[in-house]
Amino acid sequence: MADNVKPRVRVPKEASAGDTITIKTLISHTMESGQRKDKDGNVIPRSIINRFVADFNGENVIDVTLEPAISTNPYFEFDAIVPGPGEFTFTWYDDDGSVYTETKSIDVS
Amino acid sequence: MKMTKIIATVAACAFGAAASAQDGNTLFVEGEKMVTETAAPDHVEGLRTIYSGWRFRTPETQALQMDDFENPAMIFVDQALDLFNTVDGSEGRSCASCHESVEDFAGLTATMPKVIDGKLTTMEDLLNGHRAKAMGAEPWKWSGPEMQSMIALIGLQSRGMPMNVAIDGDAAPFYEQGKEMYYTRYGQLEMSCANCHEDNYGNMIRADHLSQGQINGFPTYRLKQAKLISRHNRFRGCIRDTRAETFAEGSDEFRALELYVASRSNGLSVETPAVRQ
Repeated sequence: MADNVKPRVRVPKEASAGDTITIKTLISHTMESGQRKDKDGNVIPRSIINRFVADFNGENVIDVTLEPAISTNPYFEFDAIVPGPGEFTFTWYDDDGSVYTETKSIDVS
Repeated sequence: MKMTKIIATVAACAFGAAASAQDGNTLFVEGEKMVTETAAPDHVEGLRTIYSGWRFRTPETQALQMDDFENPAMIFVDQALDLFNTVDGSEGRSCASCHESVEDFAGLTATMPKVIDGKLTTMEDLLNGHRAKAMGAEPWKWSGPEMQSMIALIGLQSRGMPMNVAIDGDAAPFYEQGKEMYYTRYGQLEMSCANCHEDNYGNMIRADHLSQGQINGFPTYRLKQAKLISRHNRFRGCIRDTRAETFAEGSDEFRALELYVASRSNGLSVETPAVRQ
């Protein structure tokens, strides 16, 4: 597991059914591209988050493939329409096999 | 004169974001209003009004500082919160072993640096002093990530409080030394701090919009470097740009300059951790 990886998510606590809500996510990660060299000229191996997925009650909201050119601490902001109360699950997949998840529930009236 | 021009430009840019009550002159961070403009303290002869560096940035950069979620510095603040509870050194203690809560440090940053037992002391000195004495731990590097993250975490507790650095009594000789440095021309370009930050704030220096060089938001997240930048690192950068041999980070010269420059911010809100270009 890469150092100091910490997912952060902001989802509104409540909304009305059918509302479009804005979700913000950020994960601290070095996103080492694999193109850089260290002081001795050796290639620093690639280490990035390669996939980000958001689900709502098991239904997929977005599924993103991340490439090495994406800079450090990848941030996503996207809109979603919530049909009813439920739980968002956010998952980040690391090159080294680690999986980071975060869940947020939302009250919908 | 200079400022009216900036204000006009910034206001025009911010007009697009009609949904928020925010404009380019008023800074709310998480709903709390910051003082970004106030009368200069009496001891600052060259300025009538002092402005936070936030006022000189683009609307995009300004917006990053208004929301703690979008402020990239908060990642480091989170890491420092973990560090606060991490045991380090021969004594088997963490910061939390002695300091119940990081919130106890509310107000501290607004008065730093200050003279303690005859020695001009910065936040970096305080942290490393406590690490050595209470924890038996190795000192942190001045501008290293642990040091600046922790200083940002402690500074955050004072956010919104007015800067109030003492310049009289024990601090007077250091204040004079710092002031002398501020007005001394350094380097091949023969420029003093005042040439840019007092005489020409609001103007462009090539592609950079000159601020007054206030340090009420430090440690600052600089987008250019993608990390927290210490006060002394910024001093070093400025002096280097005059093509001079710079002083070292953590040198007595920079301590004195830090006291003087911090005192020029007296009255502005602590904005730590700020976001800059």
